[in-house]
Amino acid sequence: MLAHYGPQLINLFAAILLLLAFAMLSQRRILSLINLYAAQGFVLCLTTTLVAALTGQHHLYGSALLTLVLKVIFLPWILHRLIRKLNVKWDVETLINIPATMLVGIVLVVLAFNLALPISQLSGTVTRSTLGIALASVLLSFLMMITRSKAIPQVIGFLAMENGLFFAATGAVYGMPMVVELGIGLDVLIAALILGMFLFQIRERFDSLDTRHLERLKEH
Amino acid sequence: MPEMLLLLLSPLAGALVLILCGHRNRAAEINVLFSAVTFLAAAALTARIVAHGPLRVLHEQFFVDPLNVFLVALTAFVGMTTALFSRPYMRIERDRGRVTPAGLRLYHSMFQLFSFTMLLVLTTNNLGIMWVAMEGATLTTVVLVALYRTPASLEAAWKYFILCGVGIAQALFGTILVYFAAERVLGPGIGSLLWTHLDAVKGSLEPTVMSIAFVFLLVGYGTKVGLVPLHSWLPDAHAEGPTPVSAVLSGLLLNVALYALIRCKVITDGSLIRSGGLPFAGSLLMGFGLLSVVVAVFFLSRQRDIKRMFAYSSIEHMGLMAFAFGMGGPVASFAGLLHMTMHSLTKSAIFFSVGHATQKTGTQVMENIRGLMRVNPTVGWGLLLGTVAILGMPPFGVFASEFLILTQAIAMHPWAAPILLGALGMAFAAIFGKVQPMVFGETTASRLPHSPALAPVFAHLAIVLLLGLYMPRYLALWYHQAALLVG
Repeated sequence: MLAHYGPQLINLFAAILLLLAFAMLSQRRILSLINLYAAQGFVLCLTTTLVAALTGQHHLYGSALLTLVLKVIFLPWILHRLIRKLNVKWDVETLINIPATMLVGIVLVVLAFNLALPISQLSGTVTRSTLGIALASVLLSFLMMITRSKAIPQVIGFLAMENGLFFAATGAVYGMPMVVELGIGLDVLIAALILGMFLFQIRERFDSLDTRHLERLKEH
Repeated sequence: MPEMLLLLLSPLAGALVLILCGHRNRAAEINVLFSAVTFLAAAALTARIVAHGPLRVLHEQFFVDPLNVFLVALTAFVGMTTALFSRPYMRIERDRGRVTPAGLRLYHSMFQLFSFTMLLVLTTNNLGIMWVAMEGATLTTVVLVALYRTPASLEAAWKYFILCGVGIAQALFGTILVYFAAERVLGPGIGSLLWTHLDAVKGSLEPTVMSIAFVFLLVGYGTKVGLVPLHSWLPDAHAEGPTPVSAVLSGLLLNVALYALIRCKVITDGSLIRSGGLPFAGSLLMGFGLLSVVVAVFFLSRQRDIKRMFAYSSIEHMGLMAFAFGMGGPVASFAGLLHMTMHSLTKSAIFFSVGHATQKTGTQVMENIRGLMRVNPTVGWGLLLGTVAILGMPPFGVFASEFLILTQAIAMHPWAAPILLGALGMAFAAIFGKVQPMVFGETTASRLPHSPALAPVFAHLAIVLLLGLYMPRYLALWYHQAALLVG
């Protein structure tokens, strides 16, 4: 049963991840953005568990647990606290030209699939078709970081990019060795904490979290 | 083995101790002490490698060969001299109210943690851990760059974080792809990420995957090396952070990132050449190296801020090294390694002098810094000699390494030689024209409350001079062995 539907379920989850990446790209509310990030983490956690069950790679359960604790519970919680303290909970960002961004996003997805094609053909994993989607969500998060001007969406873009990378690792190679995954998790955690600290200082100095104020240092 | 443990544990312990007492009056001395212990451990490790050859410890998780032990020694040495320099420098900053006691505690602790992450990148055998440590180095330096909490420093740190964060994420994807290629040969598990294992089977790694992986690794680690067009964080971070941080960023972090790139290049080109392809990784390094040299030189003449100018000079020199390693072959790699050493020592010496010069005049704008020779001849001479050395004038060692790189370029890629020569000439005109009036002429400088630490400046410059005049046989042999590993 699981062996039959498993691979299809993985593809379904991968598709949901891609959809979530697009949703984040076009989401204007900071609060919804955080919820989307948590949802992405949750789907990632489900996928990892499923892959673990299908392939018997037990260390992937650890990886799924790490994802659950860090990216579904802890980081969204920190982000929620952060926007409450910074009083930007109901902030709406004016995004220029959502359709154009979406079109660029589609081009990126095509590019990612083409780039991943030679690699996934070599892969023997049940999840090989997901590598393109993983790369696409990395690139979409990247695009999100570029197009946003507020600091918090940029941070969420950074964290979402890391979700895409974890997904790539699960899809292509059934996850990196546990030591490395723990190290990556630690880095992400520290990065999120440092960025949170930063946000307060930026707000204090610039009276705003709009990174368009951070464009003074330039070549003249 | 004990040296190895001490090398990594000393800065880690230093970070823990200094997070508790880094604001005390004696913190600067404690910082120097831990850095000195790290340097002693590095020296002992070096002696051991020279005597007994490469070393693998802790289930092969750590790996030391002539290539990285030379960088370990360099990193520990410059780390120690920077700690010595930062003792009076940070005291002056504290007296002037630019940094709070809490900031000072953060500074000392992060300085040690930064040394730890760099040494971990250099000694680890595991490409995954290398990535983790590199990201750790980014995070610690982001905190250091933002130390003054001024709008400009926050902006610089934010830019640095976002750019290097994005960049390093690409490197993680590259690492995943390397693991993917290795897993097919070596099987799953941690063994497939160990560089020594990868190096042993590099001929049978899938070349297509490896070349895609290298592109991602180049974008990732190349951002940290400061290769154009991924360099825009570098001048800001150098100009807005405290000067000791600029010195270690330029002198050490860029080297460490380039080291990671070299290790990846070795396995990528190994896999490509075995399957009859061209050395794709080497060509990419050469191209980006050359581009960095040319673009950086054009920006040099437009700078008004002294630290920004020397930051662009670092981009130029990193480009030159990337070009040398990209060419490959024993002589070019030898020259690249020599240039790494020379640039690291000279550039940190320059930043030490620049640090005190800006403290004396209270500005980083070059037009307002005048007549350093008058008030404090040692600062003036330090800056002048450092500049002459970095511009590649004989008899300093930078001349030797640049000369070797140029002759190799003429022999292997004659089209590149005029571009390099022209760029070096322009760099000379730009930098010397700006440093000369700062050193001579009427003075604007004042006395400092704590006497500046200039011993490190002259120690660095003396080594650069000595190596330019005469290289001991064992040292040449050592560089040669390391160059053979780079290929």
